[in-house]
Amino acid sequence: MNSKTSNNIATGVIYFLVACVLAILVFLLGYILITGIPHVSWHFLTSAAQSFAAGGGIRDQLFNSMYLLVLTLIISFPIALGSGIYLSEYAPENWVTGVIRTAVEVLSSLPSVVVGLFGFLLFVVNFHMGFSILAGAIALTFFNLPLLTRSIEESLQDVSQLQREAGLSLGLSRWKTITGIVLPAALPGILTGIILSAGRVFGEAAALIYTAGQSAPTVNYGDWNPMDSASFLNFMRPAETLAVHIWKVNTEGVTPDAAAISSGASAVLIVVILLFNLLARMLGRWLYKRMTATK
Amino acid sequence: MQEYDYNKTHIIDIPLELAMQTDNLQVFYGDNHAMHDASLQFPRHRITALIGASGSGKSTYLRCLNRMNDRIATVKGKIMYRGMDINTKNINVYEVRKHISMVFQRPNPFAKSIRENITFALRRNGIKDKTELNKRVEESLKAAALWDEVKDDLDKSALALSGGQAQRLCIARCVAMKPDILLLDEPASALDPISTAKIEDTLMELRENYSIIIVTHNMQQASRIADYTAFFHMGHVLEYDVTEKIFTTPQIKATEDYISGNFG
Repeated sequence: MNSKTSNNIATGVIYFLVACVLAILVFLLGYILITGIPHVSWHFLTSAAQSFAAGGGIRDQLFNSMYLLVLTLIISFPIALGSGIYLSEYAPENWVTGVIRTAVEVLSSLPSVVVGLFGFLLFVVNFHMGFSILAGAIALTFFNLPLLTRSIEESLQDVSQLQREAGLSLGLSRWKTITGIVLPAALPGILTGIILSAGRVFGEAAALIYTAGQSAPTVNYGDWNPMDSASFLNFMRPAETLAVHIWKVNTEGVTPDAAAISSGASAVLIVVILLFNLLARMLGRWLYKRMTATK
Repeated sequence: MQEYDYNKTHIIDIPLELAMQTDNLQVFYGDNHAMHDASLQFPRHRITALIGASGSGKSTYLRCLNRMNDRIATVKGKIMYRGMDINTKNINVYEVRKHISMVFQRPNPFAKSIRENITFALRRNGIKDKTELNKRVEESLKAAALWDEVKDDLDKSALALSGGQAQRLCIARCVAMKPDILLLDEPASALDPISTAKIEDTLMELRENYSIIIVTHNMQQASRIADYTAFFHMGHVLEYDVTEKIFTTPQIKATEDYISGNFG
Protein backbone atom coordinates (compact mmCIF):
# COMPACT_ATOMS: atom_id res chain seq x y z
CA MET A 1 0.00 0.00 0.00
CA ASN A 2 1.53 3.32 -0.96
CA SER A 3 1.24 6.46 1.08
CA LYS A 4 -1.40 7.95 -1.19
CA THR A 5 -3.78 5.01 -0.73
CA SER A 6 -3.25 4.88 3.03
CA ASN A 7 -3.88 8.59 3.24
CA ASN A 8 -7.11 8.20 1.26
CA ILE A 9 -8.29 5.38 3.50
CA ALA A 10 -7.50 7.35 6.66
CA THR A 11 -9.31 10.42 5.35
CA GLY A 12 -12.28 8.30 4.38
CA VAL A 13 -12.52 6.69 7.81
CA ILE A 14 -12.27 10.07 9.53
CA TYR A 15 -15.00 11.52 7.31
CA PHE A 16 -17.19 8.53 8.04
CA LEU A 17 -16.74 8.92 11.82
CA VAL A 18 -17.55 12.62 11.66
CA ALA A 19 -20.63 11.80 9.59
CA CYS A 20 -21.74 9.33 12.30
CA VAL A 21 -21.47 11.99 15.00
CA LEU A 22 -23.34 14.49 12.86
CA ALA A 23 -26.04 11.96 11.96
CA ILE A 24 -26.69 11.11 15.61
CA LEU A 25 -26.92 14.79 16.47
CA VAL A 26 -29.20 15.64 13.56
CA PHE A 27 -31.41 12.64 14.28
CA LEU A 28 -31.78 13.48 17.98
CA LEU A 29 -32.34 17.19 17.45
CA GLY A 30 -34.68 16.55 14.55
CA TYR A 31 -36.69 13.96 16.42
CA ILE A 32 -37.11 16.13 19.51
CA LEU A 33 -37.93 19.27 17.57
CA ILE A 34 -40.30 17.63 15.08
CA THR A 35 -42.27 15.78 17.74
CA GLY A 36 -42.13 18.69 20.17
CA ILE A 37 -42.59 21.93 18.24
CA PRO A 38 -46.26 21.24 17.22
CA HIS A 39 -47.16 21.21 20.93
CA VAL A 40 -45.40 24.47 21.68
CA SER A 41 -47.65 27.50 21.64
CA TRP A 42 -47.73 30.88 23.36
CA HIS A 43 -50.29 29.41 25.73
CA PHE A 44 -47.98 26.47 26.48
CA LEU A 45 -45.11 28.81 27.37
CA THR A 46 -47.12 31.24 29.48
CA SER A 47 -49.54 29.14 31.52
CA ALA A 48 -49.00 27.15 34.68
CA ALA A 49 -48.72 23.37 34.73
CA GLN A 50 -51.87 21.32 35.46
CA SER A 51 -51.82 18.34 37.79
CA PHE A 52 -54.81 16.46 36.40
CA ALA A 53 -56.48 18.32 33.54
CA ALA A 54 -55.13 18.65 30.01
CA GLY A 55 -53.81 21.92 28.60
CA GLY A 56 -51.15 22.69 31.22
CA GLY A 57 -48.14 24.81 30.32
CA ILE A 58 -44.52 25.11 31.49
CA ARG A 59 -44.27 28.80 32.44
CA ASP A 60 -42.97 28.25 35.97
CA GLN A 61 -40.68 25.38 35.06
CA LEU A 62 -39.08 27.41 32.28
CA PHE A 63 -38.50 30.34 34.59
CA ASN A 64 -37.22 28.06 37.38
CA SER A 65 -34.64 26.52 35.04
CA MET A 66 -33.26 29.92 34.12
CA TYR A 67 -33.38 31.27 37.65
CA LEU A 68 -31.58 28.20 38.95
CA LEU A 69 -28.91 28.61 36.29
CA VAL A 70 -28.34 32.24 37.25
CA LEU A 71 -28.18 31.41 40.96
CA THR A 72 -25.82 28.49 40.33
CA LEU A 73 -23.50 30.69 38.28
CA ILE A 74 -23.58 33.44 40.90
CA ILE A 75 -22.45 30.92 43.50
CA SER A 76 -20.02 28.84 41.45
CA PHE A 77 -18.36 31.36 39.14
CA PRO A 78 -16.50 33.38 41.80
CA ILE A 79 -15.30 30.20 43.51
CA ALA A 80 -14.22 28.66 40.21
CA LEU A 81 -12.51 31.87 39.12
CA GLY A 82 -10.58 32.07 42.36
CA SER A 83 -9.46 28.46 42.31
CA GLY A 84 -8.73 28.60 38.57
CA ILE A 85 -6.48 31.62 39.08
CA TYR A 86 -4.81 29.92 42.03
CA LEU A 87 -4.16 26.67 40.17
CA SER A 88 -2.92 28.39 37.04
CA GLU A 89 -0.93 31.29 38.46
CA TYR A 90 0.02 30.69 42.06
CA ALA A 91 -0.04 26.98 42.85
CA PRO A 92 3.44 25.49 43.22
CA GLU A 93 3.95 22.11 41.57
CA ASN A 94 3.82 19.89 44.63
CA TRP A 95 1.66 17.20 46.18
CA VAL A 96 -0.85 19.65 47.66
CA THR A 97 -1.64 20.98 44.19
CA GLY A 98 -1.83 17.41 42.95
CA VAL A 99 -4.36 16.54 45.64
CA ILE A 100 -6.45 19.62 44.77
CA ARG A 101 -6.45 18.71 41.07
CA THR A 102 -7.44 15.11 41.81
CA ALA A 103 -10.17 16.28 44.18
CA VAL A 104 -11.57 18.52 41.46
CA GLU A 105 -11.57 15.62 39.02
CA VAL A 106 -13.24 13.22 41.47
CA LEU A 107 -15.89 15.82 42.17
CA SER A 108 -16.73 15.99 38.47
CA SER A 109 -17.20 12.24 38.17
CA LEU A 110 -19.61 11.87 41.11
CA PRO A 111 -22.96 10.41 39.98
CA SER A 112 -25.55 13.16 40.05
CA VAL A 113 -28.01 11.04 42.04
CA VAL A 114 -25.43 10.74 44.81
CA VAL A 115 -24.86 14.49 44.85
CA GLY A 116 -28.62 14.99 44.91
CA LEU A 117 -29.12 12.69 47.89
CA PHE A 118 -26.16 14.24 49.66
CA GLY A 119 -27.66 17.68 49.07
CA PHE A 120 -31.00 16.40 50.32
CA LEU A 121 -29.54 15.14 53.59
CA LEU A 122 -27.23 18.05 54.24
CA PHE A 123 -29.09 21.12 52.99
CA VAL A 124 -32.73 20.12 52.80
CA VAL A 125 -32.88 18.10 56.02
CA ASN A 126 -29.94 19.07 58.23
CA PHE A 127 -29.76 22.76 57.41
CA HIS A 128 -33.55 22.99 57.28
CA MET A 129 -33.52 24.64 53.90
CA GLY A 130 -36.41 22.51 52.70
CA PHE A 131 -36.81 21.80 49.00
CA SER A 132 -35.58 25.09 47.64
CA ILE A 133 -33.90 26.72 44.67
CA LEU A 134 -30.98 27.57 46.93
CA ALA A 135 -30.44 23.94 47.92
CA GLY A 136 -30.66 23.03 44.22
CA ALA A 137 -28.21 25.74 43.25
CA ILE A 138 -25.69 24.57 45.84
CA ALA A 139 -26.01 20.96 44.69
CA LEU A 140 -25.50 22.07 41.08
CA THR A 141 -22.48 24.09 42.16
CA PHE A 142 -20.86 20.77 43.03
CA PHE A 143 -21.17 19.72 39.40
CA ASN A 144 -20.30 23.07 38.04
CA LEU A 145 -17.15 23.74 40.02
CA PRO A 146 -14.87 21.08 38.53
CA LEU A 147 -15.81 21.87 34.95
CA LEU A 148 -15.59 25.63 35.45
CA THR A 149 -12.41 25.53 37.51
CA ARG A 150 -10.69 23.32 34.98
CA SER A 151 -11.74 25.40 32.00
CA ILE A 152 -10.74 28.66 33.66
CA GLU A 153 -7.38 27.18 34.66
CA GLU A 154 -6.76 25.97 31.11
CA SER A 155 -7.83 29.24 29.49
CA LEU A 156 -5.41 31.12 31.74
CA GLN A 157 -2.64 28.63 30.95
CA ASP A 158 -3.20 29.20 27.25
CA VAL A 159 -2.25 32.86 27.58
CA SER A 160 1.41 33.20 26.59
CA GLN A 161 4.00 33.46 29.34
CA LEU A 162 5.37 36.44 27.41
CA GLN A 163 2.28 38.44 28.38
CA ARG A 164 2.93 37.88 32.05
CA GLU A 165 6.60 38.86 31.66
CA ALA A 166 5.53 42.00 29.84
CA GLY A 167 3.26 43.01 32.71
CA LEU A 168 5.83 42.22 35.38
CA SER A 169 8.64 44.01 33.57
CA LEU A 170 6.57 47.20 33.61
CA GLY A 171 6.46 47.10 37.39
CA LEU A 172 2.93 45.74 37.63
CA SER A 173 2.26 43.39 40.50
CA ARG A 174 1.40 39.79 39.71
CA TRP A 175 -2.19 40.38 40.72
CA LYS A 176 -2.55 43.39 38.42
CA THR A 177 -0.89 41.48 35.61
CA ILE A 178 -3.32 38.60 36.05
CA THR A 179 -6.49 40.66 36.34
CA GLY A 180 -5.59 43.31 33.78
CA ILE A 181 -3.72 41.38 31.11
CA VAL A 182 -4.05 37.61 31.44
CA LEU A 183 -7.73 37.44 32.37
CA PRO A 184 -9.03 39.59 29.47
CA ALA A 185 -6.97 37.55 27.02
CA ALA A 186 -8.41 34.33 28.49
CA LEU A 187 -12.00 35.55 28.31
CA PRO A 188 -13.17 33.53 25.27
CA GLY A 189 -12.01 30.28 26.84
CA ILE A 190 -13.59 31.09 30.18
CA LEU A 191 -16.85 31.86 28.43
CA THR A 192 -16.83 28.51 26.65
CA GLY A 193 -16.45 26.90 30.06
CA ILE A 194 -19.47 28.78 31.37
CA ILE A 195 -21.55 27.75 28.37
CA LEU A 196 -20.61 24.09 28.71
CA SER A 197 -21.41 24.03 32.41
CA ALA A 198 -24.65 25.94 31.84
CA GLY A 199 -25.84 23.27 29.44
CA ARG A 200 -25.28 20.73 32.16
CA VAL A 201 -27.23 22.76 34.70
CA PHE A 202 -30.14 23.15 32.29
CA GLY A 203 -30.29 19.45 31.62
CA GLU A 204 -29.72 18.15 35.15
CA ALA A 205 -32.67 16.34 36.73
CA ALA A 206 -31.49 13.65 39.15
CA ALA A 207 -29.70 15.98 41.56
CA LEU A 208 -32.56 18.45 41.56
CA ILE A 209 -35.37 16.02 42.35
CA TYR A 210 -34.05 15.76 45.88
CA THR A 211 -32.93 19.36 46.37
CA ALA A 212 -34.99 21.88 44.41
CA GLY A 213 -38.00 19.60 44.63
CA GLN A 214 -40.65 18.42 42.22
CA SER A 215 -43.31 21.02 42.73
CA ALA A 216 -43.75 24.42 41.17
CA PRO A 217 -45.89 26.54 43.47
CA THR A 218 -47.69 29.42 41.84
CA VAL A 219 -45.59 32.54 42.18
CA ASN A 220 -46.29 36.20 41.64
CA TYR A 221 -44.17 37.55 38.75
CA GLY A 222 -44.96 41.11 39.79
CA ASP A 223 -43.42 40.74 43.23
CA TRP A 224 -39.76 41.72 43.04
CA ASN A 225 -38.94 41.28 46.71
CA PRO A 226 -36.85 38.08 47.05
CA MET A 227 -37.70 37.91 50.77
CA ASP A 228 -41.40 37.55 50.00
CA SER A 229 -42.51 33.93 49.98
CA ALA A 230 -44.83 34.50 47.00
CA SER A 231 -42.18 36.33 44.96
CA PHE A 232 -40.84 34.67 41.83
CA LEU A 233 -37.36 35.69 43.01
CA ASN A 234 -37.70 33.98 46.38
CA PHE A 235 -34.95 31.37 46.46
CA MET A 236 -36.22 29.45 49.46
CA ARG A 237 -39.23 28.11 47.56
CA PRO A 238 -39.36 24.69 45.94
CA ALA A 239 -38.82 24.92 42.22
CA GLU A 240 -39.38 22.20 39.68
CA THR A 241 -37.23 22.81 36.63
CA LEU A 242 -37.98 21.96 33.03
CA ALA A 243 -35.80 18.85 33.06
CA VAL A 244 -37.39 17.61 36.29
CA HIS A 245 -40.82 18.35 34.85
CA ILE A 246 -40.07 16.22 31.79
CA TRP A 247 -38.95 13.37 34.02
CA LYS A 248 -41.98 13.71 36.28
CA VAL A 249 -44.57 13.97 33.52
CA ASN A 250 -43.12 10.84 31.96
CA THR A 251 -42.97 8.77 35.14
CA GLU A 252 -45.99 9.80 37.17
CA GLY A 253 -47.91 12.23 35.01
CA VAL A 254 -51.65 11.61 35.11
CA THR A 255 -52.73 14.36 32.74
CA PRO A 256 -54.25 13.03 29.50
CA ASP A 257 -51.78 15.05 27.42
CA ALA A 258 -48.63 13.97 29.32
CA ALA A 259 -46.85 12.79 26.17
CA ALA A 260 -47.52 16.06 24.38
CA ILE A 261 -46.31 18.12 27.33
CA SER A 262 -43.17 16.03 27.58
CA SER A 263 -42.36 16.44 23.86
CA GLY A 264 -43.12 20.13 23.91
CA ALA A 265 -41.06 20.74 27.03
CA SER A 266 -38.12 18.80 25.57
CA ALA A 267 -38.19 20.92 22.43
CA VAL A 268 -38.31 24.11 24.49
CA LEU A 269 -35.41 22.91 26.66
CA ILE A 270 -33.23 22.32 23.63
CA VAL A 271 -34.13 25.63 22.01
CA VAL A 272 -33.40 27.49 25.24
CA ILE A 273 -29.99 25.83 25.54
CA LEU A 274 -29.19 26.76 21.92
CA LEU A 275 -30.33 30.34 22.50
CA PHE A 276 -28.26 30.58 25.66
CA ASN A 277 -25.23 29.35 23.73
CA LEU A 278 -25.68 31.94 20.99
CA LEU A 279 -26.31 34.79 23.41
CA ALA A 280 -23.34 33.91 25.58
CA ARG A 281 -21.07 33.74 22.54
CA MET A 282 -22.28 37.08 21.23
CA LEU A 283 -21.82 38.66 24.63
CA GLY A 284 -18.35 37.14 24.88
CA ARG A 285 -17.30 38.41 21.47
CA TRP A 286 -18.53 41.88 22.35
CA LEU A 287 -16.74 41.85 25.71
CA TYR A 288 -13.52 40.56 24.14
CA LYS A 289 -13.60 43.35 21.56
CA ARG A 290 -14.25 45.92 24.24
CA MET A 291 -11.34 44.68 26.35
CA THR A 292 -8.78 43.95 23.66
CA ALA A 293 -9.67 46.37 20.86
CA THR A 294 -9.51 43.48 18.37
CA LYS A 295 -11.71 44.14 15.40
CA MET B 1 34.77 23.01 22.49
CA GLN B 2 38.09 24.50 23.42
CA GLU B 3 38.74 25.05 27.11
CA TYR B 4 39.64 28.56 28.18
CA ASP B 5 41.11 29.76 31.43
CA TYR B 6 38.17 31.35 33.20
CA ASN B 7 40.41 32.93 35.82
CA LYS B 8 42.04 35.11 33.23
CA THR B 9 39.76 38.05 32.64
CA HIS B 10 40.03 41.60 31.47
CA ILE B 11 37.35 43.78 33.02
CA ILE B 12 37.70 47.53 33.18
CA ASP B 13 36.19 50.01 35.61
CA ILE B 14 33.98 52.58 33.96
CA PRO B 15 35.39 56.12 34.31
CA LEU B 16 31.93 57.69 33.98
CA GLU B 17 28.92 58.24 36.20
CA LEU B 18 27.33 54.85 36.82
CA ALA B 19 23.74 53.76 36.23
CA MET B 20 24.14 50.51 38.10
CA GLN B 21 26.64 47.78 38.84
CA THR B 22 26.83 44.20 40.02
CA ASP B 23 29.30 42.74 42.50
CA ASN B 24 30.07 39.02 42.35
CA LEU B 25 26.68 38.18 40.91
CA GLN B 26 26.05 34.45 40.80
CA VAL B 27 23.07 32.55 39.44
CA PHE B 28 22.04 28.99 40.23
CA TYR B 29 19.31 26.98 38.54
CA GLY B 30 18.95 24.30 41.18
CA ASP B 31 22.43 22.75 41.29
CA ASN B 32 23.43 24.24 37.98
CA HIS B 33 25.83 27.11 38.49
CA ALA B 34 24.77 29.25 35.51
CA MET B 35 26.62 32.48 36.26
CA HIS B 36 29.95 32.87 38.05
CA ASP B 37 31.03 36.03 39.83
CA ALA B 38 29.94 38.68 37.38
CA SER B 39 31.11 42.13 38.46
CA LEU B 40 30.28 44.78 35.91
CA GLN B 41 29.67 48.53 35.97
CA PHE B 42 27.20 50.18 33.64
CA PRO B 43 27.64 53.84 32.66
CA ARG B 44 24.77 56.31 32.74
CA HIS B 45 23.27 57.37 29.40
CA ARG B 46 25.37 55.01 27.37
CA ILE B 47 24.68 51.75 25.59
CA THR B 48 26.34 48.64 26.95
CA ALA B 49 26.19 45.43 24.94
CA LEU B 50 26.42 41.92 26.37
CA ILE B 51 27.66 39.48 23.74
CA GLY B 52 28.45 35.78 23.73
CA ALA B 53 27.28 32.47 22.31
CA SER B 54 23.95 30.86 23.14
CA GLY B 55 24.00 29.53 26.67
CA SER B 56 26.82 31.84 27.73
CA GLY B 57 24.63 33.30 30.48
CA LYS B 58 24.18 36.81 29.07
CA SER B 59 20.36 36.70 29.10
CA THR B 60 20.37 35.09 32.54
CA TYR B 61 22.57 37.90 33.75
CA LEU B 62 20.40 40.58 32.17
CA ARG B 63 17.23 39.19 33.71
CA CYS B 64 18.80 39.45 37.16
CA LEU B 65 19.21 43.20 36.81
CA ASN B 66 15.49 43.90 37.33
CA ARG B 67 14.82 40.72 39.30
CA MET B 68 12.98 38.90 36.51
CA ASN B 69 14.73 35.70 37.58
CA ASP B 70 13.17 35.79 41.03
CA ARG B 71 10.90 32.81 40.63
CA ILE B 72 13.18 30.82 38.37
CA ALA B 73 16.67 30.94 39.83
CA THR B 74 18.68 31.70 42.94
CA VAL B 75 20.65 34.90 42.54
CA LYS B 76 23.52 35.71 44.89
CA GLY B 77 25.72 38.77 45.08
CA LYS B 78 25.02 42.47 44.98
CA ILE B 79 23.11 44.48 42.40
CA MET B 80 23.81 48.11 43.21
CA TYR B 81 21.41 50.78 41.98
CA ARG B 82 21.47 54.31 43.37
CA GLY B 83 23.58 53.22 46.30
CA MET B 84 21.20 50.41 47.21
CA ASP B 85 21.57 46.68 46.90
CA ILE B 86 18.36 45.72 45.07
CA ASN B 87 19.09 42.01 45.35
CA THR B 88 17.71 41.71 48.86
CA LYS B 89 14.47 40.33 50.18
CA ASN B 90 12.97 43.56 51.52
CA ILE B 91 13.27 45.43 48.22
CA ASN B 92 9.95 46.06 46.44
CA VAL B 93 10.63 44.36 43.10
CA TYR B 94 7.66 46.05 41.44
CA GLU B 95 9.13 49.43 42.30
CA VAL B 96 12.53 48.30 40.98
CA ARG B 97 10.99 47.36 37.64
CA LYS B 98 9.43 50.80 37.25
CA HIS B 99 12.97 52.18 37.24
CA ILE B 100 14.65 49.31 35.41
CA SER B 101 12.41 48.21 32.59
CA MET B 102 12.83 45.31 30.17
CA VAL B 103 12.13 44.57 26.51
CA PHE B 104 12.10 40.92 25.51
CA GLN B 105 13.35 38.90 22.58
CA ARG B 106 9.91 38.14 21.18
CA PRO B 107 7.65 41.18 20.83
CA ASN B 108 4.91 40.81 23.44
CA PRO B 109 2.35 43.57 23.08
CA PHE B 110 -0.76 43.14 25.21
CA ALA B 111 -3.95 42.00 23.52
CA LYS B 112 -5.22 45.55 23.76
CA SER B 113 -5.29 48.66 21.60
CA ILE B 114 -2.02 50.43 20.81
CA ARG B 115 -3.02 53.28 23.12
CA GLU B 116 -3.95 50.97 25.98
CA ASN B 117 -0.67 49.09 25.61
CA ILE B 118 1.04 52.27 26.71
CA THR B 119 -1.54 53.65 29.14
CA PHE B 120 -2.35 50.40 30.94
CA ALA B 121 0.64 50.39 33.28
CA LEU B 122 0.52 54.18 33.63
CA ARG B 123 -3.08 54.08 34.82
CA ARG B 124 -2.33 51.30 37.25
CA ASN B 125 0.38 53.52 38.63
CA GLY B 126 -2.04 56.31 39.34
CA ILE B 127 -1.84 58.55 36.26
CA LYS B 128 -5.49 59.21 35.42
CA ASP B 129 -5.34 62.60 33.70
CA LYS B 130 -6.40 62.23 30.05
CA THR B 131 -4.16 64.96 28.65
CA GLU B 132 -1.15 63.61 30.54
CA LEU B 133 -1.88 60.09 29.27
CA ASN B 134 -2.24 61.32 25.68
CA LYS B 135 0.98 63.26 26.03
CA ARG B 136 2.82 60.18 27.26
CA VAL B 137 1.42 58.08 24.42
CA GLU B 138 2.60 60.56 21.82
CA GLU B 139 5.99 61.17 23.43
CA SER B 140 6.80 57.53 23.92
CA LEU B 141 5.67 56.50 20.45
CA LYS B 142 7.78 59.29 18.99
CA ALA B 143 10.73 58.21 21.09
CA ALA B 144 10.34 54.68 19.70
CA ALA B 145 10.00 56.07 16.14
CA LEU B 146 6.57 54.54 15.78
CA TRP B 147 4.33 57.60 16.01
CA ASP B 148 4.13 58.38 12.28
CA GLU B 149 3.17 54.81 11.45
CA VAL B 150 0.39 54.39 14.00
CA LYS B 151 -0.88 57.86 14.94
CA ASP B 152 -4.18 57.29 13.11
CA ASP B 153 -4.67 53.78 14.46
CA LEU B 154 -4.11 54.27 18.17
CA ASP B 155 -7.35 52.54 19.09
CA LYS B 156 -6.75 49.51 16.89
CA SER B 157 -5.42 46.27 18.26
CA ALA B 158 -1.69 46.09 18.85
CA LEU B 159 -1.78 42.47 17.69
CA ALA B 160 -2.22 43.68 14.10
CA LEU B 161 1.21 45.35 14.09
CA SER B 162 4.18 43.83 12.25
CA GLY B 163 6.93 42.24 14.34
CA GLY B 164 9.17 45.31 14.06
CA GLN B 165 6.35 47.70 14.90
CA ALA B 166 5.26 45.53 17.83
CA GLN B 167 8.79 45.52 19.22
CA ARG B 168 9.01 49.30 18.96
CA LEU B 169 5.64 49.49 20.73
CA CYS B 170 7.13 47.38 23.52
CA ILE B 171 10.02 49.83 23.73
CA ALA B 172 7.55 52.76 23.76
CA ARG B 173 5.59 51.01 26.50
CA CYS B 174 8.71 50.92 28.67
CA VAL B 175 9.76 54.46 27.80
CA ALA B 176 6.32 55.81 28.76
CA MET B 177 6.98 54.67 32.33
CA LYS B 178 10.02 57.00 32.30
CA PRO B 179 12.42 54.42 33.69
CA ASP B 180 16.07 55.05 34.38
CA ILE B 181 17.48 52.02 32.70
CA LEU B 182 16.29 50.00 29.72
CA LEU B 183 17.24 46.34 29.55
CA LEU B 184 16.84 44.72 26.14
CA ASP B 185 17.12 40.98 25.63
CA GLU B 186 18.00 40.44 21.96
CA PRO B 187 15.26 42.86 20.90
CA ALA B 188 16.00 42.54 17.19
CA SER B 189 16.79 38.85 16.84
CA ALA B 190 13.27 38.00 15.60
CA LEU B 191 13.16 40.90 13.14
CA ASP B 192 14.14 41.57 9.53
CA PRO B 193 17.13 43.84 8.71
CA ILE B 194 15.00 46.94 8.05
CA SER B 195 13.14 46.64 11.35
CA THR B 196 16.46 45.91 13.06
CA ALA B 197 17.93 49.12 11.66
CA LYS B 198 14.94 51.07 12.94
CA ILE B 199 15.30 49.56 16.41
CA GLU B 200 18.99 50.47 16.41
CA ASP B 201 18.23 54.07 15.37
CA THR B 202 15.65 54.22 18.14
CA LEU B 203 18.16 53.01 20.70
CA MET B 204 20.73 55.58 19.55
CA GLU B 205 18.10 58.29 20.12
CA LEU B 206 17.08 56.92 23.51
CA ARG B 207 20.73 56.87 24.61
CA GLU B 208 20.44 60.64 25.23
CA ASN B 209 18.09 60.07 28.14
CA TYR B 210 18.37 56.46 29.18
CA SER B 211 21.02 54.03 30.26
CA ILE B 212 20.69 51.03 27.98
CA ILE B 213 21.94 47.48 28.47
CA ILE B 214 21.37 45.22 25.50
CA VAL B 215 21.98 41.52 24.99
CA THR B 216 22.72 40.66 21.41
CA HIS B 217 23.81 37.75 19.27
CA ASN B 218 24.70 40.09 16.54
CA MET B 219 28.28 41.36 16.81
CA GLN B 220 27.81 43.97 14.09
CA GLN B 221 24.92 45.32 16.11
CA ALA B 222 27.07 45.59 19.20
CA SER B 223 29.84 47.33 17.31
CA ARG B 224 27.38 49.73 15.67
CA ILE B 225 25.53 50.95 18.74
CA ALA B 226 27.33 50.05 21.96
CA ASP B 227 29.77 52.25 23.86
CA TYR B 228 30.93 49.36 26.04
CA THR B 229 30.79 45.65 25.41
CA ALA B 230 31.04 42.66 27.74
CA PHE B 231 31.87 39.22 26.46
CA PHE B 232 30.21 36.25 28.20
CA HIS B 233 31.32 32.65 27.89
CA MET B 234 30.03 29.56 29.70
CA GLY B 235 28.63 31.57 32.60
CA HIS B 236 31.71 33.76 33.01
CA VAL B 237 32.32 37.37 32.03
CA LEU B 238 35.73 37.17 30.43
CA GLU B 239 36.19 40.62 28.99
CA TYR B 240 34.63 44.05 29.40
CA ASP B 241 35.95 47.14 27.71
CA VAL B 242 35.22 49.97 25.31
CA THR B 243 33.44 48.41 22.33
CA GLU B 244 36.12 49.41 19.86
CA LYS B 245 38.83 47.72 21.87
CA ILE B 246 36.82 44.53 22.21
CA PHE B 247 36.47 44.27 18.47
CA THR B 248 39.93 45.46 17.43
CA THR B 249 42.34 44.48 20.20
CA PRO B 250 40.72 41.90 22.48
CA GLN B 251 42.87 40.98 25.48
CA ILE B 252 41.45 37.51 26.05
CA LYS B 253 41.85 34.53 23.76
CA ALA B 254 38.19 33.49 23.99
CA THR B 255 36.97 36.95 22.98
CA GLU B 256 39.29 37.00 20.03
CA ASP B 257 38.16 33.55 18.90
CA TYR B 258 34.51 34.52 19.28
CA ILE B 259 34.63 37.78 17.35
CA SER B 260 36.76 36.32 14.61
CA GLY B 261 34.36 33.41 14.30
CA ASN B 262 36.68 30.46 15.16
CA PHE B 263 34.89 29.34 18.18
CA GLY B 264 35.11 25.77 19.31
